[in-house]
Amino acid sequence: MKRLFPILSVITAIFLAYALYEALVVAPTDAQQGDVYRIIYYHVPSAWTAFLLFFINFIASIQYLASKKPSSQTAVKWIVIVIGVVGVIACFLPPVQRLIPAGMRPSAVATTVLAIPLFYFVIGKYFPGDNLDVLAVTSAEVGVVFCTIVLVTGPIWARPVWGIWWAPGDIRLTSTLVLWLIYVSYLMLRRFSNSAQTQMLAAALAIFGALDVPLVYFSIWFFRTQHPQPVIGGGGSMDPRMLNVLLISWMAFLCFAFLVCWQRYRLELLHREIEAAHAMDSLVGSGVAAKASLPLSRSPQ
Amino acid sequence: MNSLWSVTLATLVKDIRLEWRSKDALNSMLFFSLLVVVIFSFSFDPLAEESRHIVGGLVWVGFLFASVTALNQTWARELRNQVLDAYRVSPAPANALFLAKALGNFIFVSVLEAVMTPLFVIFYNVRVLGPAWQLLPVAILGTWALVVNGTFFAAMSLRTRSREIMLPLLLFPISIPAVIAMVAGTTSILTGEESAHFYLVLLLTYDVVFTTACLALFGMILHAE
Repeated sequence: MKRLFPILSVITAIFLAYALYEALVVAPTDAQQGDVYRIIYYHVPSAWTAFLLFFINFIASIQYLASKKPSSQTAVKWIVIVIGVVGVIACFLPPVQRLIPAGMRPSAVATTVLAIPLFYFVIGKYFPGDNLDVLAVTSAEVGVVFCTIVLVTGPIWARPVWGIWWAPGDIRLTSTLVLWLIYVSYLMLRRFSNSAQTQMLAAALAIFGALDVPLVYFSIWFFRTQHPQPVIGGGGSMDPRMLNVLLISWMAFLCFAFLVCWQRYRLELLHREIEAAHAMDSLVGSGVAAKASLPLSRSPQ
Repeated sequence: MNSLWSVTLATLVKDIRLEWRSKDALNSMLFFSLLVVVIFSFSFDPLAEESRHIVGGLVWVGFLFASVTALNQTWARELRNQVLDAYRVSPAPANALFLAKALGNFIFVSVLEAVMTPLFVIFYNVRVLGPAWQLLPVAILGTWALVVNGTFFAAMSLRTRSREIMLPLLLFPISIPAVIAMVAGTTSILTGEESAHFYLVLLLTYDVVFTTACLALFGMILHAE
């Protein structure tokens, strides 16, 4: 696994460079916006990556809470399955379809809903016990970084195109900002709380944040939205060549995010192992014996 | 079920009696929001016609900040003499404690609103152009929205360093949809320009969703070790 990391880093670097070349040179210039629009090849992939990471954080938090309370595990499992089934069916019912914003296909929403049980079981299978919490920290931290990129590149694009830096009434702008605020408060909680219950408190907060997101969305729904309509699963008004570059760019960003998450995940595991070793050290009292078990002083395998 | 309500009632009565004798939370909240009213009245011209558009925001910002001072004291009282630990080992349902604390805070913040609203009316010359009775459901649902999550996050921030700072940091981001609904609902009633119906439904949804979430997760927060 360790040898895989440098290889993957090189591949990701090449992939990112290729995506940048595609975005700056190959992709056609927009008829109305000119070259300014090219920032979407950074803006949109970052947004998708951030949302994916926050989603992983949410699922990992639910899994973590369920794993701490074995009596609720079966119930949560069935709730997740029911959400998946009912959500997919509901997306094709006319009254629900009216709630879906114009330009978004019901099948796209159904696929997203289906991702909830899918991620739930995959994450539960590969990240047992406390590793779920490590995954939650990792995805929240990296997600906040990508979300920050979205919030910075957005105004840079908006100024020349809309004439304003920020549109306070816009639905996607404001929801993304609130999402960012919620996850920053999540990281703050983790930083300020150093007791043994931190993980559980953070998991509970993550669930509150996830419940909040749809409410934020609907609370701003009333205002007229200024943001361009979604390009994927939407009206399909985007040039196929542009879409192609956008997807390449997203793949490159996903590779990059995976790389960063992987490293952060290992770092957090090491960090916890060291803390556990130190705790053991102070319990046992004889420093010499315990120090040998510190992970960093171990010989590389 | 019976024990849930009896424990809730007992804790609620105890909290109200304590507050009645000390008046710590109420006094600090009242004076704080009085300061907010006075400072805002210097910053914005209260006699202008536009004040009708901003007073909804001012009122709720004042109440939001003031209620944080009360929410911070909710659980601090139980830490003295290890009351919370005693509660943890007792067989009483955890949700009874939560409901009692949330209801207690709801009553305190409602008293604050009842006292401060006339002051806002006087300072800002407010005349309601829309259906005035709708302000009541907005106030009740909005206060519950603030208080239910505030009580939960106050319990959460008990376990953190510098918990007084932590509560608003956790509470405000989550409360944004409720604050939008409260402010926009109040403004639309005051100006009478649009219906507040949507915001009432939004507040109700927020209350139902987060009351359920709080009740489902509070036991874990209380017993987290």
